[in-house]
Amino acid sequence: MTSLARVERPVAWADLPLITFIVDTGAVADIELRKVRHDPIELITRAAQPILWLLIFGQVIAATRAIPTGGLPYLDFLAPGVLAQSALFAAIFYGITIIWERDMGVVQRYLVTPASRWALVAGKALAAGLRSLVQAPIVYIIALLLGVHASLDPLRLVGVAFAVVLGSAVFALFSLTIACIVRTRERLMGIGQLMTMPLFFASSAIYPTSLMPDWLKVLSAVNPLTYMVSALRELMVSPTVDPVAILGDLGVLVLACAILLAIATKLFPRVAV
Amino acid sequence: MTAAVETSALTRRFGSLTAVDSIDLEIGSGEIFGLLGPNGAGKTTTIRMLITLLAPTSGSARVAGFDIVRSAQDVRRSIGYVPQLLSADGTLTGYENLLISARLYHLPREERRKRITEALESVGLVDSSDRLVRQFSGGMIRRLEVAAAMLHRPDILFLDEPTVGLDPVARDAVWSLLRDLSTDSATTILLTTHHMEEADQLCDRVAIMDLGHIAVVGKPSDLKAAIGPDASLDDVFTTYAGHGIEMGGGYRDVARTRRTASRVG
Repeated sequence: MTSLARVERPVAWADLPLITFIVDTGAVADIELRKVRHDPIELITRAAQPILWLLIFGQVIAATRAIPTGGLPYLDFLAPGVLAQSALFAAIFYGITIIWERDMGVVQRYLVTPASRWALVAGKALAAGLRSLVQAPIVYIIALLLGVHASLDPLRLVGVAFAVVLGSAVFALFSLTIACIVRTRERLMGIGQLMTMPLFFASSAIYPTSLMPDWLKVLSAVNPLTYMVSALRELMVSPTVDPVAILGDLGVLVLACAILLAIATKLFPRVAV
Repeated sequence: MTAAVETSALTRRFGSLTAVDSIDLEIGSGEIFGLLGPNGAGKTTTIRMLITLLAPTSGSARVAGFDIVRSAQDVRRSIGYVPQLLSADGTLTGYENLLISARLYHLPREERRKRITEALESVGLVDSSDRLVRQFSGGMIRRLEVAAAMLHRPDILFLDEPTVGLDPVARDAVWSLLRDLSTDSATTILLTTHHMEEADQLCDRVAIMDLGHIAVVGKPSDLKAAIGPDASLDDVFTTYAGHGIEMGGGYRDVARTRRTASRVG
């Protein structure tokens, strides 16, 4: 090594937990997003699925006029649901990255740094959220082309972006938590596939919860996807905006994020053993 | 001189298996110290406790003067770690691999680029800094990992089987890199190995470890001389452990070693 000067306390904020949390979360998320830049193909191909839902499923169901949507054209009703679904499907398998990185030794290398443990998990969740955000414009454009009355009001677009990132982070954290518990790729894939269907169908993504039997309504009430869809529907296609309802939905997602982050952070060091 | 690493009855059990059984070690500042033993001897478990990845079942240890349980965060600031697995991220470039280390070690922003460039120079990887690591050879990845682990100038560098699976040329390059580190920056180096030659060539002192115990500690030359005039470290190992070093090794260790070796190619 050419320069041997040691850094005793590298930076002034190294002992402030909240600041290290924020800075380290940014560092981890930034590195994750660099991987996307090196290989963007995966993300682009993934945008195909929501497009197919809108084009095929959406057109057929719209033609049947079988689903009461409270005055919205069915495609308008469906578009936010498909946006939320694309985030769910991408994020629910995100935990596989830490199993992969554990097998490579990357997790171990990060865990021996003085970085905030919370940030090592939160950075991944943030990256998952930002990855989903890449798909949002694609869904938006297709929806507009299909005649969906999606709002282009800048403030509402910011709200949509926030809801997409937050909702994806919830499902990514859920996936990371499961990954820390099951610790193998195969089991995580199995559980991910098992969870996707009830999460999707026990939500208001493709039909209103009013159509559900009572027991399913209960399930949908504790399903974060319901709140994500509800916020997105309000922000994206609702003719009138109800800020209280939106803040309520986002509040539930923030709470879910915080709880899952705490659990995942607690379990995270187990992965390395 | 204060000890860089000091353990006292350090023990780790996994269920009924005692992987590390009450070991007492003292490693001086600036030493290159080798934990020598077969797969399954408890070397990796010992290292994992010392670097705060794994809590001891009982006993204690101090690393760079800090207790590994009570002052884990101070320990982390004082050490660098190169795992047995090739842990550089293949989906990132060489530069980015060092960048994430620099950021997680909280190096000041204005120093990062300079340090990363210096580190890449010191391991001879400047020309490859913008290539994805998945295109690197095993020897290049190892050198990159040493650079990443040294960015924050740790007092103590831990390496778990640093040359397993490397060809002789790459292995010699890693050895000379470690020797330079030891001479130039007085970094204490603790490595595990099951290669007698590595212990003999590189280490100032070795501890022979078998079945969770430390059988003997000393300079390779002294240990050999105590057995006989033409003794090798193999003979030393057999004398103290009662069997050759090729024995032992659970499925998990062997599987991991093979996986590392196959990634090295």
